[in-house]
Order: sequence, then structure tokens, then C-alpha cells
Amino acid sequence: MTILVVAEHENGAVAPATLNTVAAAAKIGGDIHVLVAGQNVGGVAEAATKIAGVSKVLVADNAAYAHALPENVAPLVVELAKAYSHVLAPATTNGKNILPRVAALLDVDQISEIISVESADTFKRPIYAGNAIATVQSSAAVKVITVRTTGFDAVAAEGGSAAVEAVAAAHDAGKSSFVGEELAKSDRPELTAAKIVVSGGRGMGNGDNFKHLYSLADKLGAAVGASRAAVDAGFVPNDMQVGQTGKIVAPQLYIAVGISGAIQHLAGMKDSKVIVAINKDEEAPIFQVADYGLVADLFEAVPELEKLV
Amino acid sequence: MKVLVAVKRVVDYNVKVRVKADNSGVDLANVKMSMNPFCEIAVEEAVRLKEKGVASEIVVVSVGPATAQEQLRTALALGADRAILVEAADELNSLAVAKALKAVVDKEQPQLVILGKQAIDSDNNQTGQMLAALTGYAQGTFASKVEVAGDKVNVTREIDGGLQTVSLSLPAIVTTDLRLNEPRYASLPNIMKAKKKPLETITPDALGVSLASTTKTLKVEAPAARSAGIKVKSVAELVEKLKNEAKVI
Repeated sequence: MTILVVAEHENGAVAPATLNTVAAAAKIGGDIHVLVAGQNVGGVAEAATKIAGVSKVLVADNAAYAHALPENVAPLVVELAKAYSHVLAPATTNGKNILPRVAALLDVDQISEIISVESADTFKRPIYAGNAIATVQSSAAVKVITVRTTGFDAVAAEGGSAAVEAVAAAHDAGKSSFVGEELAKSDRPELTAAKIVVSGGRGMGNGDNFKHLYSLADKLGAAVGASRAAVDAGFVPNDMQVGQTGKIVAPQLYIAVGISGAIQHLAGMKDSKVIVAINKDEEAPIFQVADYGLVADLFEAVPELEKLV
Repeated sequence: MKVLVAVKRVVDYNVKVRVKADNSGVDLANVKMSMNPFCEIAVEEAVRLKEKGVASEIVVVSVGPATAQEQLRTALALGADRAILVEAADELNSLAVAKALKAVVDKEQPQLVILGKQAIDSDNNQTGQMLAALTGYAQGTFASKVEVAGDKVNVTREIDGGLQTVSLSLPAIVTTDLRLNEPRYASLPNIMKAKKKPLETITPDALGVSLASTTKTLKVEAPAARSAGIKVKSVAELVEKLKNEAKVI
């Protein structure tokens, strides 16, 4: 059994999500190869050789693979996939964009967002916004799977010594092109990888009030998230959204401030180790999952919390 | 141009689902069903394209049980012109649905196909991408803005770090994110008019599609319940608990 992991990378570095995906591959067992596709990705490939447990790094360095356009990357993965028993990618927007296209071209079902590996062909994944856990078995010749990164502890980024092999294949479908991107800039830790997350909801009232959460987060070394209500109200950009349709987080500590706790939001954070809720409505559903609840006005509680930690 | 929109009948998003006692699945008997929220956004986007004069006809399609006619009628009431139901068993895998949709695309030859990015029951987020693969079309997934310009469509996508814009050659596949638009409500006169709009029912066999699958669900369980926590009386007590009891800060 040999497993191909499609690496997620950005700005010339291997993204942390790749390390969780390699961890899932290690649970399946067998040789683990990592594919680094992109343009000028020599540095990323070099970093990928050091990931613990990886035996080979395949490098597809071509202008067609820049920005991970699925029309070009999927045929590359399909061409390589035939030699593998499993193809894995993290369930990031890139992984979700590319892998179903790969699966359809291989004429197999894809299994989305696995949270555990039961055996080489059996996996667990959440359905209905995390309100049920399905155990699914695949009979596909090549099992195509995306991995929920919060379900697996990352492997070490250092210590490995994989061989590098260049992949010559260039696929350019010529059907899509990259126009531009607008990336949100932040000095705080990445939301899905942070140990502590402070999230605000509609109760914040407006975008300006999020400054209270930012200063608390900076003191805790935390990332800042938001509920859909806060995003839809325009308080913060959408890439901060935690939930079924946003990002899935499972930090050591999740502090929900002014968030009622709709099913959609809980789906994104209920696997956090410790959940704290600060809300003035003591009937809010968030208190049913919170380890520590504080019924208080957030505008008094948050500054006080910042002072005391 | 012709726009094809795929819609799915799912359990209403407000329903707290229960797992069946025999672990065979989720109990959907007597549970409120609705159009998947992302599909509503797809229908709305198609209707807006028609209002702008970009789209000439909107065909809405569902692959599923006979009861999915209700959701197709809803789409017709929102402004779709006609509907197609590919009648098949419930709980199909995404690849089977994508194959059925591919057959409909071959027949209808739309310039743009709009789907939701994921159904809130299976949470797969696969069908649009798979349909793009099977048709060989370009894909614009997780769209928060769609602009048709000549023989191209510019799609702004929600990605992990922010937004990305790609330009796709038509025909193309687009899947909707929540922020693409705010779906309208169907008015009573439009609901009445929708009853007279054409709704064609076909079988997967007639389309020559096999719905065979490479995965099977062994069991469905309720997730581990979180034990109830405690309410603290003050911020000082909260900090003390987090430091000494939970040891997370």
C-alpha cells in the first residue's frame, strides 16, 4: 500500500494542514509520498522532505499549477493516482476544490472530511453538521479522501529524509485562469491551527467592538473567529467564520463571546477541549456545550478578562 | 443563455436530527424537509442573471425521490422556467448524482450550471466539482460573486485566506457560497403560477446512468455528548478555573 498526500502550501511554505494529513496517512499505514504541485515550489519540496514519515516527495513545478487551478492540477493527480491505494488531501478550500474532481475522473466516490481511520478501507466522518457520525467503507481501487485536520494530531515537520522526484507531466486545460486575490492580513496565529480561539457573534454589536476581542486574543496568543451572524452583519471578513460552512476548529480553549450557539456554529467548534461562553442571555444554547459559562455583559466581562489573564 | 440549476431536498436546517436506534441512519420520518440553503442561493443567482438579461431560460433539476417535486415547484415559484426530476432512491452518493446531472447537461446543453457548494445533510461538498470533471468544464467553487462577460465568467471564490478571482471559459460550473446573495421569498401568485409550469420526470435508466457506488455506510452514530459544564459567577472565578482546573491558560 502506498499513499499519495497532496500537499497544501502557501507563500513557499508547507501549510500545517499537510502535517495533519500525513498523520492520517500514517494511521492507514504503508509508504507515504507527498505531491507538491505549483510554480517555483523548490523550497516547499525541500521542506516536505523533512516531514516525519514521508518516504518520497514528488515535485510538479510548472506555471500551469500556479494557484492550484483544479482544471490543471486534477489531471496531474489522476495520472499519478493509478499507482497508489489512497489519495489524501486536507479538507481545506484547495483540497475540497480539487479532490472530488480527481475522484470523478477516476470514477470512484470521494470520502469527505474523515475524522478517524478505522482500517485501510473504513473511515468515520461527520454528517448533518456534526450531529451524526457515519462509518463508511470504500471498495474503490483508489480511495480518494479529504482529511478534517482537527481530527488528527500533526506529525513533526522536521526529522524526515525523503527522496525527491521531479514529475514532468504538464497539464494545462486552458479553461480557467487566475485573475487575482485579496488575502486578509493578520499577525495572529492561523485560525484552524491556534491553541486558543476567541470568537465573537452578533452580540458584539458592530465591527469596531471586535477590538476588545483582538486585544484579549493578543494577550492570550489566540486567533480570532466569528459566527456567521457576525460575518453576515459585516462586522468581520468571512474567512474568520467558524462553523459548518466556515472553518472547523478544535483548539485547547474556545471562548465564545456574544454567540448564541446555533447548530451551524457548534458544528465548527464543539470538538474544542474547553469551551467558555460569555453571554448575557442565560438561555442561549451555547451554555449547553460550554464547560464554563459566564452570564454577563460582554462589554464589561471581556476587558476584565483581559486584565486578569 | 440557458442556465441549469441543481437543487436538493434535505432536512430543514433548523431541525435537530436524531440518529435511529438501530444505527442505520438519521430518522427522517415526520421531519420537516426543505430546499438545501445553498441550492436556494443557486436558484436566486440564476434568477438574477435572467433579470439582468444574461440568462434566457432557467431549467431547474433535482435527482432524488418523487417528493423532491415540492422543492422543484419552490424553484419554479422563485423564477425558474421549467423543471426536471430524475427520480431515484434517496441518499445517493455525490458521484451518482453528478453522473445523472451530466446526462441532463448533455441533453439540455446549458452555458452555465449553478449548484450549491454542499448539501447540509451529507456535508460532502463534491457534486459540482464531480460534474465539472465529467463534463470537462471549468469550475468556480464557493462563489461569492459571479459576473458573466462574453464567453467567460469571472468568479470570486471564498478561499481559506480570503478571496480569489478566477476567469472561466463558458460553459462552466459554479457552486455557491452563502454570501453570493440573499434569496427572495416566493409570493403567493408566483406559487400559484408555478403549478402550471412544466415539470418533467425521467428515470436514471432512461438517461443511461448507472448509480452504482464504491462506498457503503456501515453505521451512523450520535456524536459523543459533551458533559454539562458549570456556570461561574465572575470573571475572576472564570480565570481561576481556566488556570487551575482546566489548565488551558
